[in-house]
Amino acid sequence: MVNAVASPASDRVARAWDVLAHVPDPEVPALSLVDLGVVRAVRDGAAGLEVDLTPTYSGCPATAAIALDARLALERAGLGPVRIATVTDPAWTTDWIGPAAREKLRAYGIAPPIGQAPKGKRALFAEDVRPACPRCDSGRVEKTSEFGSTACKALYRCLACREPFEYFKCI
Amino acid sequence: MERAAALFEYLLRHGDSCLILGHRVAEWCGHAPELEEDIALANIGLDLTGQAEQFLAYAGTLEGKGRDADALAYSRDAWDFRNALLCERPNGDFAHTMVRQFLFDAWQVEAFAGLARASDARLAGIAAKAAKEAHYHLRHSGEWVVRLGDGTAESHARAQAAVDALWEYTGEFFETDAVVAALGDSVPDPAALKPAWNATVDEVLRAATLRRPKDGWTQTGGYAGRHSEALGHLLATMQFLPRAYPGATW
Repeated sequence: MVNAVASPASDRVARAWDVLAHVPDPEVPALSLVDLGVVRAVRDGAAGLEVDLTPTYSGCPATAAIALDARLALERAGLGPVRIATVTDPAWTTDWIGPAAREKLRAYGIAPPIGQAPKGKRALFAEDVRPACPRCDSGRVEKTSEFGSTACKALYRCLACREPFEYFKCI
Repeated sequence: MERAAALFEYLLRHGDSCLILGHRVAEWCGHAPELEEDIALANIGLDLTGQAEQFLAYAGTLEGKGRDADALAYSRDAWDFRNALLCERPNGDFAHTMVRQFLFDAWQVEAFAGLARASDARLAGIAAKAAKEAHYHLRHSGEWVVRLGDGTAESHARAQAAVDALWEYTGEFFETDAVVAALGDSVPDPAALKPAWNATVDEVLRAATLRRPKDGWTQTGGYAGRHSEALGHLLATMQFLPRAYPGATW
């Protein structure tokens, strides 16, 4: 293993990003923590590596598990000690899930968020989004529940192939 | 009132309102009329509990007496809670729960939109994030109010009864007192949120064919720690485990 202490600071930060890019989200393992956009900053501080994480939802129960997984992975890679801080500003948005990560979601069977997160005040009863079925790509779908198995997803059903699927809510 | 003391009180108002309403909707878990709604209410409760955790953690830091969010949630008695009285109203039937949620969501959306512009960066950050969640809740509860109000004779009657029963608890959201005055321009003026709340409520009640009650006498006191009997029963359940087994961990 490379001696972490001897590495230049910028190299340590780059390696940390690389490690975090391979730590799966505990609830949507198709995405890494970096794919999900929850890693906001990595710094090489005086007392070790400093990592800023942001929660997806205020009450996301995976927040603690994500922080633990990130710390353990960095320590295993010889990049410890690690200090994890939680930041809330700016608020997490699905806009931070890039095109490649959206494709990973679709391939995993979860319809990725459509378009950009709404800004400012929203219409109270806006038209439902119609994500394409991640299995057969049909646009003939219906929403079965605005809330799903995790805070970040809603439930849909494809009317063409009849499969139920999850949609990653756009916020 | 000193500014730090006022901000502590103000954070408890938001944090406790989220916590208590979050607990109320979580009481439906396993009992909701259909599976999708069971999931929805649990999710809404989870969002609210998460919001509460953020507000209470900030309050504890500000207070500087070593109380974290858990200590504030589980080790205070009823008179130390600062939630709006609407939040502690018992669930009643499903119409009652949804109308309560809708009246609250319509207020929270406006309150968080204002707070997201607060000069206090930590407070603004909590609110900006929570505002997105509140929008999603409002849409859900608003659609249910329309569905129930404009549904069958039975659902209409129950929804109207809920609106009539809960209306007197909505005035508290818009009151100004010494806490708000001490914070000045750093937080939204509660009274200034009323027109936007009115617009949302009127739009939904109209679509739901429900009658808006007249504004009149208002139940108040939650923000000052004067609660109904309902809160004590709620706390007895919510706080049982950490009180019976102090320091228990998973």
